[in-house]
Amino acid sequence: MSTGAVIEFTSISKRFGGVAAVKDLSFTVEPGRVTGFLGPNGAGKTTSLRILLGLVAASSGTATFGGVRYRDLPHPLKTVGAALEAASFHPGRTARDHLGVYAIAAGLPRTRVMEVLTLVGLAAHAAQRVGGYSLGMRQRLGLAYALLGDPGVLVLDEPINGLDPEGIRWIRGFLRDMAAEGRTVLVSSHLLSEVQQSVDDVVIIARGELVHLGPLSSLDTDAAPQTIVESPDREALAAALTAAGITFSIGRTGLLAATGDPALLGHLAFTAGVELSVLHRQKAGLEDSFLALVGGGHTL
Amino acid sequence: MTMFLRSVSAEFAKIFTTRLWWILAIVLFGYIGLLAGGLAALFAGIQTGVISPDAVNTGGGPTDFGSLPPLIYSFASSVGYVFPVLLGALATTGEFRHQTLTPTFLATPRRGLVLGAKTVTLVLIGAGFGVVALAASVGIGGGVLSAFGVDALLQGAETWLLVARTLLAMGLWAAIGVGLGALVPNQVASIVIVLAFTQFVEPLLRLAASFLEVTAKIGNFLPGAASDALVGASVFTMASPAGTAPLDWWQGGLVLLGYALIATVIGYAVSWKRDVT
Repeated sequence: MSTGAVIEFTSISKRFGGVAAVKDLSFTVEPGRVTGFLGPNGAGKTTSLRILLGLVAASSGTATFGGVRYRDLPHPLKTVGAALEAASFHPGRTARDHLGVYAIAAGLPRTRVMEVLTLVGLAAHAAQRVGGYSLGMRQRLGLAYALLGDPGVLVLDEPINGLDPEGIRWIRGFLRDMAAEGRTVLVSSHLLSEVQQSVDDVVIIARGELVHLGPLSSLDTDAAPQTIVESPDREALAAALTAAGITFSIGRTGLLAATGDPALLGHLAFTAGVELSVLHRQKAGLEDSFLALVGGGHTL
Repeated sequence: MTMFLRSVSAEFAKIFTTRLWWILAIVLFGYIGLLAGGLAALFAGIQTGVISPDAVNTGGGPTDFGSLPPLIYSFASSVGYVFPVLLGALATTGEFRHQTLTPTFLATPRRGLVLGAKTVTLVLIGAGFGVVALAASVGIGGGVLSAFGVDALLQGAETWLLVARTLLAMGLWAAIGVGLGALVPNQVASIVIVLAFTQFVEPLLRLAASFLEVTAKIGNFLPGAASDALVGASVFTMASPAGTAPLDWWQGGLVLLGYALIATVIGYAVSWKRDVT
């Protein structure tokens, strides 16, 4: 394995015709961590990754691996492994031959092909034509391609799309393992919930622009904490809250009190002699912060 | 250099790990074998009098076709050339259609080198198609000629020169296919252009051009005419009424090479070096 390199985007912009797909995007991705590259569909994630990999020419700016552009890497597949979409293969070629072609091109030993197919759980289907593969199997084959050169940097575009629950659990563990080995792991997704269990850092873009950058916990802003409280005698509870000056709204499972302190509500109810049936703090969803950042609701 | 050689072997692997090449090779062999064998029987039959000239409607045309072997053997390229063009065009357009340019350019980011490797590979495989086509035209056509008592000229240096030039022509046609595929990356459009041009447009143009001396000179530079000039014989030159001298064999070769280079260089600019999205 080659060591993980720092990925660096410096003022990347890209225009397609008159449309700006990416605007002045700058961020770095550190080795040893899983970085989620998040944003709604059409935010410019795939374009940014394709610029990083030299497949799309940036209108301005540079994207590098340890300071070197992709096309200048002496051994690209041994340095960076990328899985972009689930359909980059000839349907009439077997999985083994598909990987074999690129192993030859990159000067990698042919034994590596079966190793990576085994690693992603496709060894039994190695001699099958890829045209007959399910979407999940194609995702795994894409991942096998990324791993061919045992690279120190992994760039994966929506790797969870199309995976079954067992596959999703597998890839989460896989991403963590890769980062634990010191590799740089950049994973894009349009759904925070898909990757929030595996990422350390998040880079969030919307409409081609960077909107948030930081550790996952930085999304847990908790600006407006809420606690759900419910009683068999809801009127008495409401009166107690009003008396204490705590505003609330009526939710489906109880009253949504505008406080992040359940103990306060418990004490209030106890002193007012109101029996409680529900009392728990509403976790301010990371997803909510995410949606607020990307402009709300445009996840489709 | 090692990067280029790796790229060439990867391009070979691409061709030989899908079914297209042997399907095309089998059809090529059958098509040329049938044509060369059938026409060898017809022409040799007429020439040797086995088939009575009265039985054939030659429209008062010749019953002496000149030396039959080169004519029959040249079917390998004069008719078979569409197969290497198709293989080359499909090899290039397939990369666009199946989005395999992405893994290809990730493994070898130098795109010009990849296109060069593809051209070299297809030239060699095109020459391989030449071997298949000649096996049909010389093997079957020559066998039929011998059966009619016509000397198949297999000892003659002329015949083996024709064989060598046919291999070169078939290789160059495959390179033209690669260039065309880069020029017109849409696979269906590319196939339609290859079939329409080779089977319909060019034969008509050559025929039309052949009626006047001045247009006949221009017609010599059509790719099919250049190819026939390179090989040195063709059923088309036999049918040409104006009788303008074709290009020299080496001029024909250079014209073909020119078509391949122009198509490839323009194709590189208009599609190959563009964004892969």
